[in-house]
Amino acid sequence: MSLSHSAIRPSIRRRLWADRWIYLFLLPTVVLVASYTIWPMFASIWFSLLDWNGFERAGRFIAFGNYAEIFADRLFWNAFANTVIFVVVAVPIRVGLALLLAVVLNAGLPFSRSFRTAIFLPVVTTAAILGVVMRFVLDPASGPVNEVLLQLHLITQPINFLGRAGLSLYTAIGVWVWKWLGITLIYWMAALQTIPADLYDAARIDGAGRWQRFRYITVPLLTPFTIIITLITVVEATNVFDLMLTLTNGGPFFSSEVIDIFVYRQAFAANIPRLGYASAAALLFGVCVMAVIAAQIVVVARLRRRVAEQ
Amino acid sequence: MSAAASSRSGARFWTWLSVLVLAVLCLVWIYPFLWLVSASFKDPLEIFSKGLSLVPNALRWDNYVRAWATAGFSTYMLNTVLVTVGTVLLVIFHTSLTGYVLGRYNFIGRKLVIGVLVATFIIPAGFAIIPIVDLTKTLGLLNNRWGIILALAGSGHAASILLYAGFFSQLPKELEEAAVVDGAGFFTIFGRIMLPLAGPVTATVAVLTFLAAWNSFLIPLVLTFGAPGQRTLAVGMLAFVGTNETDWPGMAAAATLSLVPVIVFFFFVQRFFVEGVAGAIKA
Repeated sequence: MSLSHSAIRPSIRRRLWADRWIYLFLLPTVVLVASYTIWPMFASIWFSLLDWNGFERAGRFIAFGNYAEIFADRLFWNAFANTVIFVVVAVPIRVGLALLLAVVLNAGLPFSRSFRTAIFLPVVTTAAILGVVMRFVLDPASGPVNEVLLQLHLITQPINFLGRAGLSLYTAIGVWVWKWLGITLIYWMAALQTIPADLYDAARIDGAGRWQRFRYITVPLLTPFTIIITLITVVEATNVFDLMLTLTNGGPFFSSEVIDIFVYRQAFAANIPRLGYASAAALLFGVCVMAVIAAQIVVVARLRRRVAEQ
Repeated sequence: MSAAASSRSGARFWTWLSVLVLAVLCLVWIYPFLWLVSASFKDPLEIFSKGLSLVPNALRWDNYVRAWATAGFSTYMLNTVLVTVGTVLLVIFHTSLTGYVLGRYNFIGRKLVIGVLVATFIIPAGFAIIPIVDLTKTLGLLNNRWGIILALAGSGHAASILLYAGFFSQLPKELEEAAVVDGAGFFTIFGRIMLPLAGPVTATVAVLTFLAAWNSFLIPLVLTFGAPGQRTLAVGMLAFVGTNETDWPGMAAAATLSLVPVIVFFFFVQRFFVEGVAGAIKA
């Protein structure tokens, strides 16, 4: 055991034998991670080269046939574009709105704890159930949202939030921001607490106004948190299966179909499942996401180096 | 009025204006939940007659009876509880063991284990689902709660492992040395001394895993296609509205039943949970 300080360095085999308890302790995690994380990654690559409906035990090897088909599949690119729109629209709204709320709540307002709890409530509840519930809340015929808008005379006709192509994706983005804003709020509040209060006091004495203090103290000191929070939110925005399947199921007419739903439809919701094709789509998109994350990390590292050099 | 006094009353005005705006925002935020609970006690005509009143004419408990007994939510609840408890126990078991040896021992392969765990953070989760279904089928666990538990406990717990490892690495070395002198073996030291000391970490891991397992959807969905009796609440909910599209009060009662346990749980552990999440982002 490595805790005992033996004078002679034992051979590797003896060391392994002496540490056998350690490997025994590692065994459950190793088996689980190998089966449910590592093996699926390699299996996906293999599956993506197969024409396989899942009813037969094994598929037929077709090399890059699935990839060739995907590049010409308009519905794949439609889903790809929807996911990009989702990320580009939803992430800035969620991150920005949460920051605004965090700054307001951090100012020591009365009831700020209760406000935080209220905003946080949707976060802990089940996304798939909220998706179903919001279908009723947003219903054009009897849903309460349209009813309120009608009674306030903000609209004259009910809006079909989830049934109108061109609108349903943005409705889903709104519901997603509602569902998850609370967690981003907590991140920002934690980040704001790392800024020492005397900095603000000193700036106030120097005559800096509310906006100036935010612009010249809060924003620069929050930069590292901004990067990590944005990164987390981008990854989450590419992972919206639960909400989208139950809220719109990609509809109407694929107008809100994101990649998750495309893959699910090919693999599990089609009359003849196409496991190979779905794997290829998931893999292609996964590689794109990883590339974006890697690019972000590289850019951030380069920016940091430049700042350090100055 | 002096300038200072007017600026003070101005500040008070802005404070209360912010409070008012926030109160309206929070009302909008929790409105879907209020509407849901209210609808779960109404009769269908009351909902469709377009009243915005949140107070039902009479408490219609039969909506709950219908959801619980007829629509099978008693079974879904039992399945969700079993899957959640099983997942939490299995996750605590395997992440604490691994966190312990990573945090306290240097052994051949340690760097490899840590490297693989960190790498799993970056791999998108969407990859895995088709091979997981295939693996579960091979193990003969399709349409079985154990299949769901293994899949939920098997992926995405690197953070818990690193949390345990960080905690155990800070404990003084004398703890083991004293125990070894007393004749305690490797298992005794872990089970009797180390794991009890790690109570706060275990609580954090349990809370986060509880929420993730209770709210999980994709894995229980694709692993129970052939067995309605094995569905969890989230999966059952989708099936329920698929076949009872016009039963709004039944839907509302079923959704309330599914959400109440996790909301109650959250209110009990709220402080704890918020601090855990906030701590993670600071680190």
